[in-house]
Amino acid sequence: MEFLSYLISGLSLGSVYAIIALGYTMVYGIAKMLNFAHGDVIMVGGYISYIALSKLGLPVWVSVLLAMAVCTLLGILIEGLAYKPLRAAPSLAVLITAIGVSYFLQNSALLIWGANVKSYQSVVNGTLKLFGNQLSISYVSILTILACVVIMVGLTVFTAKTKMGKAMRACSEDKGAAQLMGINVNKTISVTFAIGSALAAIAGVLLCSSYPTLVPTTGSMPGIKAFTAAVFGGIGSIPGAFLGGLLLGIIESFAKAYISTQLANTIVFAVLIVVLLVRPAGLLGKYVPEKV
Amino acid sequence: MKKFEKGKMVPVPSMAIIPERDMDSPPVLECIHLGIEFGGLKAVDDFNFVIGKTEIAGLIGPNGAGKTTVFNLLTKVYNPTHGSIMLDGIDTTGKTTVQVCKMGIARTFQNIRLFSNMTVEENVRVGLHNQVKYSTLSGVLRLPPYWKQEKVFHDRAMELLSIFDMQDMAGLYAGNLPYGAQRRLEIVRALATNPKLLLLDEPAAGMNPNETAELMENIVKIRDTFGIAVLLIEHDMKLVMGICEGICVLNFGKIIAKGTAEEIQSNPEVIKAYLGNNSMEG
Amino acid sequence: MSKLKKNASGFKLNHYLTYIVVTAAFLAVTFMNQGGILNKKMQGLLVPVCCYIIMALSLNLTVGIMGELSLGHAGFMSLGAFTGVVVSQSLVDTVPNEAVRLCISILFGAVIAAVAGFLIGLPVLRLRGDYLAIVTLAFGEIIMDIINCLIVGHDSKGVHIIFNFKGDKSVADLNLLEGGKAIIKGAQGAVGTKTISTFFAGFVMIMITLFIVQNFIRSRTGRAVIAIRDNRIAAESMGVNVMKYKMIAFVISTTLAGVAGVLYGLNFTGITAVKFNFNTSILVLVFVVLGGLGNMLGSIIAATVLYILPEALRQFSDYRMLIYAIVLILVMLATNNPQLKALLQKINPFNKKKEGGAVQ
Repeated sequence: MEFLSYLISGLSLGSVYAIIALGYTMVYGIAKMLNFAHGDVIMVGGYISYIALSKLGLPVWVSVLLAMAVCTLLGILIEGLAYKPLRAAPSLAVLITAIGVSYFLQNSALLIWGANVKSYQSVVNGTLKLFGNQLSISYVSILTILACVVIMVGLTVFTAKTKMGKAMRACSEDKGAAQLMGINVNKTISVTFAIGSALAAIAGVLLCSSYPTLVPTTGSMPGIKAFTAAVFGGIGSIPGAFLGGLLLGIIESFAKAYISTQLANTIVFAVLIVVLLVRPAGLLGKYVPEKV
Repeated sequence: MKKFEKGKMVPVPSMAIIPERDMDSPPVLECIHLGIEFGGLKAVDDFNFVIGKTEIAGLIGPNGAGKTTVFNLLTKVYNPTHGSIMLDGIDTTGKTTVQVCKMGIARTFQNIRLFSNMTVEENVRVGLHNQVKYSTLSGVLRLPPYWKQEKVFHDRAMELLSIFDMQDMAGLYAGNLPYGAQRRLEIVRALATNPKLLLLDEPAAGMNPNETAELMENIVKIRDTFGIAVLLIEHDMKLVMGICEGICVLNFGKIIAKGTAEEIQSNPEVIKAYLGNNSMEG
Repeated sequence: MSKLKKNASGFKLNHYLTYIVVTAAFLAVTFMNQGGILNKKMQGLLVPVCCYIIMALSLNLTVGIMGELSLGHAGFMSLGAFTGVVVSQSLVDTVPNEAVRLCISILFGAVIAAVAGFLIGLPVLRLRGDYLAIVTLAFGEIIMDIINCLIVGHDSKGVHIIFNFKGDKSVADLNLLEGGKAIIKGAQGAVGTKTISTFFAGFVMIMITLFIVQNFIRSRTGRAVIAIRDNRIAAESMGVNVMKYKMIAFVISTTLAGVAGVLYGLNFTGITAVKFNFNTSILVLVFVVLGGLGNMLGSIIAATVLYILPEALRQFSDYRMLIYAIVLILVMLATNNPQLKALLQKINPFNKKKEGGAVQ
């Protein structure tokens, strides 16, 4: 029973990582950049929904939609102002800019909302009791796992079937060729950022519902973990991010339960290192050797 | 056009031909049933070829025939799935790129691969890496071996650059050189590794007829000065027919003809491969 | 073409200029300090600035010269810092002379960081690009976690170490003899350290670091490393052993990070492992990129300015990090956006001549 409960909490945590990792991986796939500010968009999503829920007393679905709208706008703004002018710049320059954006978001949040810990009011309450109260699962966990599966399926269908999804895949293969085929590359990248940021907002709501402490640096560690998850699964691959996120969550949950709370992160990262040594492009990533 | 003195080609026991003057020494390169598959596709199949010790050999064929793949197999960028490569009588199976370089194969690249943020001289110095040595510690602490060997580096680099009269360019960044000079620098850099066999991948690409003529003279000069063998891939038939002694024609990964320039020029298979089935004129 | 030649010899000038600038800056600051111009806060920044300069130089070797992105460099600084603290605190009675003790500590810190660099380099350097970056990040976090679990004490019998990975041990479990003292208390970090780092020591270590890094770059080994960065396949074809030379550069880089760590650790009475987290690695990376990849003088200036800038902005209190972030973004945009760059060149009268420098 204990095992099952750890598995479910791992799946739930992993689902949050997966949703964030999907944003990372989509942006990486298309813009070939590590968007370090992605974790901080989660934090913004958390704050917006917190204000809508606790301060304005709006219904849950309105709050979530509001958070998604704000984050989508934020994502498009960040991309347009900070990343678009650097399309041709070396990747390290873009990385540093992303770090700058991350600092900017964290410190803006600090100024606007202060350093005090906000206790987040979960979007759903209560727990599901099974097997005569031996196993209790919070509804938030169930919601998180469901949301993750829905998003994953939705994204897969979106990239496979829709015109915009196909444009995204074309841009991530070869931007020059995509442009020649009449695809508006800039618009496609903006849409990718918008989707990634909307996902980050959902991740923010779910994350804060499970771990109800909200500070300006809330997004940093989950951001790094999700980045790890994306690489773990093979960066650029949507199923890879999903799988990587879930596995990372489960490993972390088990490591905390059975080995050591202190070393949980160490174990997660150690598994990552081992996986990358065996499969240098991650679990589902394709290893492309350099052409000579 | 200048006529180049070619060696008389004679058959050797392994069904191949090499220049008569190289008869007494073992061939520098012997490919035996060499082949590689990429996921079922036979990029190079049953490649048998022998190059004499001081031969200038040519590898020609239509685009996508697998010529550069042969170079990548010889330099162990790819590991062959079939067959073996003998370099100067030694089997290179299981060796790495670095090891075959030390054994005596040097190459240039079709898409120029210079160290573009380094100067011309530094590029050549990297080529001399395994010829002139001192320890990292001597380098960091500037001990006497550093000063002594850096001078050797400089002198040898300048000597090599003088082959193409490039001494004046020694201090320029390689990435800023004109195209032709970049191709020449790649050859100098390859020569710096003291090879027995020099592989040139389309050395005349992008050159005008004058530059090509000069290049031909220089390739022959290099062979004569260093006493090494040269294997070149080239689409410029004037160059190939002008200086190559043994020529091998590749199509779809298979050898369709081998022989001297005269034999190749009159081979119906070759004409078919280049011009297609229907047209026999050209 | 004459313009291009100047570029190459300009590098040589830069080489000596760096030593001169560092020495001049050291002398100037020392005089200012003696003249009482520096306030207490500024004095407190002197040694950390030196540490971050060494860190920037060291990381520049990995990122600028070797061309691989490392996101866990603070981990090696951390190893150096805690090794230094343990060695120095253990030798307080045996080696009373502070300068000698500092030298011994630096030596130990350097060796530990070098060994760690070698062991971590074995798996890391096999990977490429972003995968390499994420693994260095992972190692940085692992080092932090492990040091967070360390409890170390010293008594007349020597050094005692326990590994508190379940979170149930404390200093009492060291069973120190009477007169023994705790050096590292797990997550609380090092406590009660005798601070023996000095600005002069920092200056000397910067000069040594510069000497090592600059001479390395201009040696046979350094050329091999740069060749690998510029074109790995060509370098391999020239007989350059990629793994070997990357490893040499990486180990030198981590060793120097260890040295910076020792200086840093012995500058404060207490430090925690969390100080050397991902954000610190990123901070140093920012110094390196803004200073210019492969540009050592640039790293020094960027580290100094950017480390002092947030302190200088203290009058804006809450806004200072925000300003820092905006400055960072604007500088990256201004230096990397083609339109903005062209615009800046037009405005700047000194840059006019450069435009004619195109090569035929």
